[in-house]
Amino acid sequence: MSQDKILLAHGSGGKLTHSLIRDLFLQRFKNPILESLGDSAVFGIDKGRMAFTTDSYVVDPIFFPGGDIGRLAICGTVNDLAVSGAKPLYLCASFIIEEGFSQAELRDIVRSMKEAADEADVQVVSGDTKVVSKGSCDRIFITTSGIGLLPDGVEISPLRIKPGDQVIISGTIGDHGIAILSKREGLTFQTEITSDVAPLNHLVSSMLSEAKDAVHVLRDPTRGGLGTTLNEFVNNSDVGIRIYEERIPIREEVRGGCELLGIDPLYVANEGKLVAVVAKDAAERILASMKKTIYGRDARIIGEVVHKPRGIVTLATQIGGTRIVDMLSGEQLPRIC
Amino acid sequence: MKFVDEFRNRDNALSLAKEIRKIGDLRVNLMEVCGTHTVSIFKHGIREMLPEGLRLLSGPGCPVCVTPASDIEKAIRMAGLNEVILTTFGDMMRVPGITSNLETARAGGGDVRVVYSLFEALKIARENPDRKVVFFGVGFETTSPGIAVTLIEAEKEGPGNFSLFSCHKLVPPAMKALLELGEADIAGFICPGHVSTIIGAKPYEFIPDKYHIPCVIAGFEPTDILQAILMLSRQAKQGVARVEIQYSRAVREQGNIKAQEVLDEVFEPVCSTWRGIGVIPDSGLKLRGRFKRFDALAWLEIPEIEEKEEEKGCICGHILRGIATPYDCPLFGKTCTPQDAIGPCMVGAEGTCGAYYKYGGRRQ
Repeated sequence: MSQDKILLAHGSGGKLTHSLIRDLFLQRFKNPILESLGDSAVFGIDKGRMAFTTDSYVVDPIFFPGGDIGRLAICGTVNDLAVSGAKPLYLCASFIIEEGFSQAELRDIVRSMKEAADEADVQVVSGDTKVVSKGSCDRIFITTSGIGLLPDGVEISPLRIKPGDQVIISGTIGDHGIAILSKREGLTFQTEITSDVAPLNHLVSSMLSEAKDAVHVLRDPTRGGLGTTLNEFVNNSDVGIRIYEERIPIREEVRGGCELLGIDPLYVANEGKLVAVVAKDAAERILASMKKTIYGRDARIIGEVVHKPRGIVTLATQIGGTRIVDMLSGEQLPRIC
Repeated sequence: MKFVDEFRNRDNALSLAKEIRKIGDLRVNLMEVCGTHTVSIFKHGIREMLPEGLRLLSGPGCPVCVTPASDIEKAIRMAGLNEVILTTFGDMMRVPGITSNLETARAGGGDVRVVYSLFEALKIARENPDRKVVFFGVGFETTSPGIAVTLIEAEKEGPGNFSLFSCHKLVPPAMKALLELGEADIAGFICPGHVSTIIGAKPYEFIPDKYHIPCVIAGFEPTDILQAILMLSRQAKQGVARVEIQYSRAVREQGNIKAQEVLDEVFEPVCSTWRGIGVIPDSGLKLRGRFKRFDALAWLEIPEIEEKEEEKGCICGHILRGIATPYDCPLFGKTCTPQDAIGPCMVGAEGTCGAYYKYGGRRQ
């Protein structure tokens, strides 16, 4: 039976470690850079600017409707590169595994990582595995780092936001957070709520091909949700953002879940969505290019950048009132990514 | 979303707002007693839809905010005992006690666990038979019947290592205390909808009878609240005062008799301290008769703790009594924020300062 479990020896650097690398990671992630098995991945790049990022994934539960920690670990880092305007190229993945973790589950996670990496056209070229004694971590934690290349002329920065710019969301909000929460708390709805976890680099690339210079800022509203991301764009700046409640796309079951749990969907995490602030004259064109992609088909213009009130985000409510959308304070839901 | 969207209909909301304006120049303060109303009013931007003279005051209806520092401190002391697992709702974790808060107590090694219901606390008790599990219970008439039912069950089936630290409170005595204080200029009460599903309309009748102030029991959706404001404004304009039920899809005149019986079986009213207001007669709930064996205070050795003055500059007490708004507070949004709260009204999810901060901004 011990064959089915990850043992401390799998992380010791000895025979079991090598067989884990050979039989699982190498076989799955198969690529010449990884196969050289050097202490570092060595690769050449074209001239230009690079983007480099890292993120750790500790989501609980590790398998959830619509995804798992493996897909999340690939998509999260790919998306961080993509919303910087970069074309993601190579990833590195580090695993911290609790002694006794199921090998079958590890295989499922790695397979899911490979599928997500293929979908995003990136390669996992380096990695590390550590096994810690039982109780020292909760099943499995994964850290991924990624490198991407920034095309010439792409300048993604909140400093470029100006009044009149349009705010676009690439699809429905809150799916990931509510999927995780409902699985964790054993809540069931008529329709299963699935996470939106997905790689967004192809979506970003179609937006940039449409109007490279008109895309002023991009961000993936993960922890803290749409509300927090919009605040990050305008806090301490000379402009504000006004959004319209009735335009914000949200699945009926997610809205119901939020209502039931007393959670504001504006602050619920997404893992397959981006918010863009784009020049007004190019907004419709960019929106049309987004709608042609699988992860942008529900994209909508939800608001605009305004002169006043500056530094804050306001929401025109469904019933005709106005209120402020502040940053999320405190942790709404722990361990969602 | 059925049964919700109907009550968030834009045309209906706008026409109610228009009706309210049609009543003409009415310069009055209405108080929403319940924190859930406060949040809904802000979240839907209702204040901006009302005529200028019509002001909404927030009352003492956030259970987290009115729990006195001395009771929080007792919970901290309980959490400090080796044999104790203290369970409570997440909202209570960051409310300032006298020395610290429960979050700090947990970081210091206290076994404090956040639960969503008393059932969860009972489960923890069953799983830890060698520990004493205390549920730190706060809330008004809406939550206490659920607690009572669970205790009736626990009485039959155990576990024996479970107790309740009851800081439950009753709403009508607090409204009476506010009126007796006579500080706030209140021309009408928006009465709490969920509390009223339990207690019905009768417990508010002393308000129009004795103080000639109109009351409307309201639901929590925006058109519910706008309609309640319209009903109160009409009463005020006509110079009449009575208790009306706007939330008729949930509230019956006599309330929920079964829930009232269960409450009465398990609890009895007791003098209780409200943060910012003081001691109010018959406004708390303590375990009665055979249920006293679940009383955490009788079970654990926790000394009496003297009530603490609020932090210098903090005006939460005035806010809870309806005589000030958070914008009058020198600390609001400066040194007191949801991330680093000084006063209790900034901590609770339904606290007045928290709602002003989150939805109303730092007053530009």
